[in-house]
Amino acid sequence: MKSLEELKKLRDESLKKMTMRYVKDGFRIQVGMGTCGIASGARPILATFLEEVEKNDLGNVSVTQVGCMGECAYEPMAELIDEQGQSFVYCNLTEATAREVILRHVMNHEPISKLLLTTKKG
Amino acid sequence: MLERNQVLICGGTGCMSSNSKEIKAEFEKQLTSFDLTSEVGLVLTGCFGLCEKGPIIVVYPEETFYTHVKVEDVKDICSEHLLKGRPVERLMIKDPIDKKKIKNMSQLKFYAKQKRIVLRNCGNINPLDINEYIAKDGYQALADVLTSYTPQQAIDEVTKSGLKGRGGGGFSTGKKWQFAKNSESDQKYVICNADEGDPGAFMDRAVLEGDPHSILEAMAICGYAIGANQGYIYVRAEYPVAVERLNNAIKQAREYNLLGDHLFDTDFSFDIDIRLGAGAFVCGEETALIASIEGYRGMPRLKPPFPAIKGLWGKPTNVNNVETFANIPVIFLKGADWFKSIGTENSSGTKVFALGGKINNTGLVEVPMGTTLREVIFDIGGGIPNKRRFKAVQTGGPSGGCITEKDLDTPIDFENLKNLGSMMGSGGMIVMDEDNCMVDVARFYLDFTVDESCGKCTPCREGTKQMRDILNRICEGQGTLIDLDALEVLAHMIQKTSLCGLGQTAPNPVLSTLKHFREEYIAHVVDKACPAGVCRELTNFVIEDNCIGCTICARNCPVNAISGWPKQIHRIDLELCIGCGACKKTCPVGAISSQPMNQETSL
Repeated sequence: MKSLEELKKLRDESLKKMTMRYVKDGFRIQVGMGTCGIASGARPILATFLEEVEKNDLGNVSVTQVGCMGECAYEPMAELIDEQGQSFVYCNLTEATAREVILRHVMNHEPISKLLLTTKKG
Repeated sequence: MLERNQVLICGGTGCMSSNSKEIKAEFEKQLTSFDLTSEVGLVLTGCFGLCEKGPIIVVYPEETFYTHVKVEDVKDICSEHLLKGRPVERLMIKDPIDKKKIKNMSQLKFYAKQKRIVLRNCGNINPLDINEYIAKDGYQALADVLTSYTPQQAIDEVTKSGLKGRGGGGFSTGKKWQFAKNSESDQKYVICNADEGDPGAFMDRAVLEGDPHSILEAMAICGYAIGANQGYIYVRAEYPVAVERLNNAIKQAREYNLLGDHLFDTDFSFDIDIRLGAGAFVCGEETALIASIEGYRGMPRLKPPFPAIKGLWGKPTNVNNVETFANIPVIFLKGADWFKSIGTENSSGTKVFALGGKINNTGLVEVPMGTTLREVIFDIGGGIPNKRRFKAVQTGGPSGGCITEKDLDTPIDFENLKNLGSMMGSGGMIVMDEDNCMVDVARFYLDFTVDESCGKCTPCREGTKQMRDILNRICEGQGTLIDLDALEVLAHMIQKTSLCGLGQTAPNPVLSTLKHFREEYIAHVVDKACPAGVCRELTNFVIEDNCIGCTICARNCPVNAISGWPKQIHRIDLELCIGCGACKKTCPVGAISSQPMNQETSL
């Protein structure tokens, strides 16, 4: 350790692994992983979310899994809760659309209305 | 891949003794079988403080707080919570008021009322990984001090913060550093006093186990301030986990050159070694501690000269307690003014208490100075179990005294506790209920000091022994009223003439119980009865008229001394009764009490 800068760099790097223990506000992505969710392929979706969060260095996003959301026909689904606490339910996700959710909604604050459950159900 | 869940397993000594290591191994096994190892992180942390409910596991990011986890429960947590996202309700804690399960750590009242400065990282970071400490701004205070403070400025900052020694004395830390700095010498030393000896106090152990780097960092800061380049941590060998984690921390810090030569490219060099103590109470006294490090018998010597003038190997030495050191990095990170703003006028900051005895939430709590005893015992500690009534709380361990119900609303700080005839001590807080006999409690503490007296000075060696003999006599029913006066005379004599703090404070438990519970002593010597039913020779258990005839006492009596038909008042045969108190503990209506002998014969 030679300088304060070096220490700060190491701190920021180490902090990345621990953010979930300290960041309370920010985006929260909850992937539906009941039996229905898992059967329709929620696991790769979850992995995609995690990869994207890591790749884009998003410190304010926590990804977690929840049970069945009750709309099994629309699985895989993920609920995104934004910084204001507003909830958006995305459904029929694929790895490509999951990536899009991160890029457009989380990073640019543009909800993708065509993927929302409210839109699909009409 | 980035981890989506992190499972924090308590690795404090309390939880380790209830299998938290095996639980971690089981998690590793289960996570592998569910193929979750890349998504779920496992971290063994320091103590969470709520030792009563251990082993404790917290799952982030939800902050789900699992208690009393067994190895068999791990599979459920993995398959339900970690795989499917359904937290396991049966392992959560129940809210005592509305009986709902507490889903989230922040809903726990136990933590809500605390302010954690010393324990900031305990239960939050992995103590075996220096990177996690650095992530929580670790070693930044050291870097700051080395690059932008002069030694004098560093000391001024500590003085300004108002930090007082947390080991018991309550002496200003800044002043202590100043004395050591003012001594001229080619060699000085910093010592961390981790010889935690009070019965029932374990906050220093929690810090060493849960956040060892904070101590290393603080010692280096102290070294810079007073001009020392070598530090020693004097820790008892009875704390194997703490020793192991300290060794590991020192190794890692050396690898990162946070200990060693030319820290942060300055001219300042500092290194730390560990010295193991054999666990003698007197070695918590700084001159005895120094003698022990030098290889001599741990016995105190006359002060002055203080260690700041003539300490380890005759060189100026600064000795601070673990908890005191744990405050130092935060003071430099957040500023002395911030620290001063917490607590009371004369006692700034927080204090960690080890709650024990008759209390629901046994464990470690950290509260700002000025919090009342009632808040600590009833709000955070959860009150007394089994619907018993609060009787007294002993603070300061064998050097302190007891505080009764009427003083419960006193704000805790160094001065107030002293005025109440007790002391802060290292922060042990032992709660007693109506089933505790205060004479017996005083005898227990005196037993401890008699054992731990080093024997160097006569008042402490002989005086405490005489006092204990008197107390033994009282407990056996041989005491007289003159004994009570003799106790007081002896107590004051020992206080005035003993060499070190151990002897000077040893009579405190007797004096304070005599002051607050004199009627109980009188019951022992005049009525020959122990009202709490603890001293066997003086116990005459009687079943009173509110007995409901449930037969529970008769079934629990080990010598079948209780007779009576269901739904009728039972009787105890005092010829057979051995005074064990098993019946009193099990009685659902509190109908069994200990009465003076003469009253019993008239019944």
